[in-house]
Amino acid sequence: MASLNLLLFVSLAYVIFLFAIAAFAERRAEMGKDGWLRSPLIYTLSLSVYCTAWTFYGAVGYAARSGLEFLTIYLGPTGVLIGWWLVLRKLVRIGQAERITSVADLISSRFGKSTALGVSVTVIAVIGTTPYIALQLQSVVLAISAFSETEVAGEQTALWVAAGLAIFTILFGTRNLDANERHHGVVMAIAVEAIVKLVALLAVGAFVVWGIAGGIGDIAARIEASPISQWEVSQGRWLGITFLSAAAFICLPRMFQVMVVENGDERHLATASWLFPTYLLLMSLFVVPIAVVGLELLPAGSNPDLFVLTLPLSQGQGGLAMLSFLGGFSSATGMVIVAAIALATMVSNNIVLPTWLRLQGDQASVTGDVRSVLILSRRLSISVVLFLGYVYYYLSGGGAALAAIGLISFVGVAQALPAMLGGIFWRGATRFGAGAGLSAGALIWAYSLFLPSFGADAVFSQSMLEAGPWGISWLRPQALFGIAGIDPVVHAFLWSMLLNSAAFVFVSLLTFPTPLERLQGAQFVSIFDLGREAREWQPRQVESEDLLIMAQRILGSSEAQRLFQEAAEGQGKPGLLPDPTPDFLADLERSLAGSVGAATAHAMVGQIVGRATVTVEELMAVADETAQMMEYSSQLEAKSDEQARLARQLRRANEKLTLLSVQKDAFLSQISHELRTPMTSIRAFSEILQEAELEKADRQKYASVIYDETIRLTRLLDDLLDLSVLENGQVTLEVQTATIGAVIERAIGSATVGTRLQIDKPRHGGSTVIETDVGRLSQVFINLIRNAEKYCDADQPTLSIRIREAQGMATIDFIDNGSGIASREREVIFEKFSRLTDQQRAGGTGLGLAICREIMTNLKGSIAYLPGQGGAAFRVTLPVSLALAAE
Amino acid sequence: MANRRSDTDGKHAVFLERRGYRRRRLADAARVVPVVGGVLILMPLFWSQADGERVSTVSAFLYVFGVWALMIAAAAIMSWLLSRKEED
Repeated sequence: MASLNLLLFVSLAYVIFLFAIAAFAERRAEMGKDGWLRSPLIYTLSLSVYCTAWTFYGAVGYAARSGLEFLTIYLGPTGVLIGWWLVLRKLVRIGQAERITSVADLISSRFGKSTALGVSVTVIAVIGTTPYIALQLQSVVLAISAFSETEVAGEQTALWVAAGLAIFTILFGTRNLDANERHHGVVMAIAVEAIVKLVALLAVGAFVVWGIAGGIGDIAARIEASPISQWEVSQGRWLGITFLSAAAFICLPRMFQVMVVENGDERHLATASWLFPTYLLLMSLFVVPIAVVGLELLPAGSNPDLFVLTLPLSQGQGGLAMLSFLGGFSSATGMVIVAAIALATMVSNNIVLPTWLRLQGDQASVTGDVRSVLILSRRLSISVVLFLGYVYYYLSGGGAALAAIGLISFVGVAQALPAMLGGIFWRGATRFGAGAGLSAGALIWAYSLFLPSFGADAVFSQSMLEAGPWGISWLRPQALFGIAGIDPVVHAFLWSMLLNSAAFVFVSLLTFPTPLERLQGAQFVSIFDLGREAREWQPRQVESEDLLIMAQRILGSSEAQRLFQEAAEGQGKPGLLPDPTPDFLADLERSLAGSVGAATAHAMVGQIVGRATVTVEELMAVADETAQMMEYSSQLEAKSDEQARLARQLRRANEKLTLLSVQKDAFLSQISHELRTPMTSIRAFSEILQEAELEKADRQKYASVIYDETIRLTRLLDDLLDLSVLENGQVTLEVQTATIGAVIERAIGSATVGTRLQIDKPRHGGSTVIETDVGRLSQVFINLIRNAEKYCDADQPTLSIRIREAQGMATIDFIDNGSGIASREREVIFEKFSRLTDQQRAGGTGLGLAICREIMTNLKGSIAYLPGQGGAAFRVTLPVSLALAAE
Repeated sequence: MANRRSDTDGKHAVFLERRGYRRRRLADAARVVPVVGGVLILMPLFWSQADGERVSTVSAFLYVFGVWALMIAAAAIMSWLLSRKEED
């Protein structure tokens, strides 16, 4: 009994020491001297809450029963940490960017801040973790009984331990509600406990190897000789439990708490990626030697789960046993404290607060005292969780059934894995998918593992376990779908994960996410590309003052005021009240989420802002970076296309201008020549006429030459005048009605007097009635026919005329069988002064086509060169009715 | 290896390009390490079936712990390289 009293004294001293450490760390953090509190070493050590009493004591028992298989429990987490770049890095980044407070909060936040999902995950976590807490209480009771010769009142001890842990957790776990939910005191205490655990196990191991056995060679021989060596690897369990422990490592509420929520710096993960596997390796290094020597030395029937404790005791090593007890005690308390904090956060943020908010009605965010409600609900939740753990222990009677609960609990919490990984890697995951997956997985877990674990005839009857419900054999809880003979844990893990993932994927594929879900999905999945530029609220008539009042109630006045002041400064406003811009609202919501969870924070801001949804427009604004980049580059491309087009147009215009300028120079010299030629002959013949003595016939002849030359001059001047009138739009049109055929006939009649040009008249379409300035139109036709007559260089010049009419527009083509016009010259034929061929032969003024173009413009039509017709071809297009076209 | 065009932009550009490339491949390596570890750790599954002859527990023990230590070393190197790259 003396040793028992000493034990109690030492444990009490140890607990006081832990309190002191935690208080010291909190004090340092408050003073801002938290540099070393945030070191990667402390972070790594805090991850050791993974090693609970179940692994501290239980690993040896596990090894004694199943040989090396116990290693799978450590290998899974090792894999997760070594692969930190794949999953953990993203999880931690999301946790920090979105101020995630728990697994439930992560899933709820990802799937559109859904309260229902948060509640589901919380419930699963509580059901999965409570038996585990009971297991820790049991381990402490068992350890104490190992020291005492007389029977220890287990239930009473467990109650005391639970109460003590509740006090510690409430003291250090609910001290602050600061935005990032970090608990420096708790983390520090956990880190110290981690060292105690490791030192204790290494000490016992070293004692076994070098104290009891004769060193490494001897222990190797003993291992080979021991019954442990009869163990054969079970492939299913080796594979299954490695994956199970890896899944649980990510999903366990306590692991998420220390790994993601308490993470102060993403880079700590890089250190932990190798340091924590090292810790695990050291923790498991001496497990097999201890088990082997325990089986050898201790009487048959001793509980191998307690070898760590009983082996030193049996060798009279009281001090070592005491250290070992402290190690186990540390493992148990560390787990319970962190799990209680994690569960309390989940329960209060995902269940209590939403319920309370709903009960309070719309004004809760402004008037209610959220802060005290929050702290109270945390404290109550911690007490309730620990009490539930105690009740579970009490009901199960602390028997062997409890020992198996570790893996069962793992399978339960692992049900969050598909929703979690799917949520951070797959944008298509929806809340319905997540809900369906979680429910399916949880149901299978409860049906095939959790409920049967209470033993036959406890929940399920023996006959039902053996034959299935109502005799349906493929529904046998431990042999679903007729697959029997697998280990029950692996069986449940396999089926629950398969059906969970299948339901998650299929339902996600079939359903459609809400805008908020898509927004969150985009942010979570592309967290490394996007940064934190999400817009979630549209400004309305929001009172910043209301927001400040609410924030003060949750964050505390100084913190809230600092946040608001910084935002106001950022907006360039004096005072405490910034404009409720979308950016500010998103920031505020994130800060609040750090205390009350994403769903609640969203709902509270929503109450004040008056809207809890995101519009599609806002969603579009935060479309992912890829889309933005693609849009930007296609815009650039369009711009450069446009510029290229402009450049081409400019180049063409320039060529035309150059050509025109040349033409103009040529024309000026030509027109002076043209004017000069008749003028010269008029002057010459006038002089001759002045000298008398001319024959009458000669005089007649010279006079007519002068007359002809004057006509030629007049025509040239008429053309110039006509063109200038047309160009200035001063022409008055005389609208008449006629058929196109008639107009063409008239034109042919006046143009082809005595020529050899063959005209191929239109076969049809001539009867189309047009209402336009018929005189002007026939002027155009005459011009075109004369051009053909003048320029067509074929031996048998032929001009074909074609008429077409469609949609109120008449089209008349004039096509000759000459060699046509070279493409570089087509550009300028409609310009003034342009003449293409030998001037002497043509004898025109060079204004004909220019006049035609102006006429057609006045008639609301057009004239164009028609390429590809074999000869020179012109197309005249004009509206059938000038009056209608002008409207 | 590095983008050829940047060779003409001067030595600095080549250096940047190459460094970015290295960092990406380093991240790839960080993803490969757990896969390799996983394969090695699952190896004991194939032992017992080989020819009915049992592998001694001590050698299995040494194998698993050896792989484990190797993985830790690999992870330590990767994390050192990755955090060094991130800093500069």
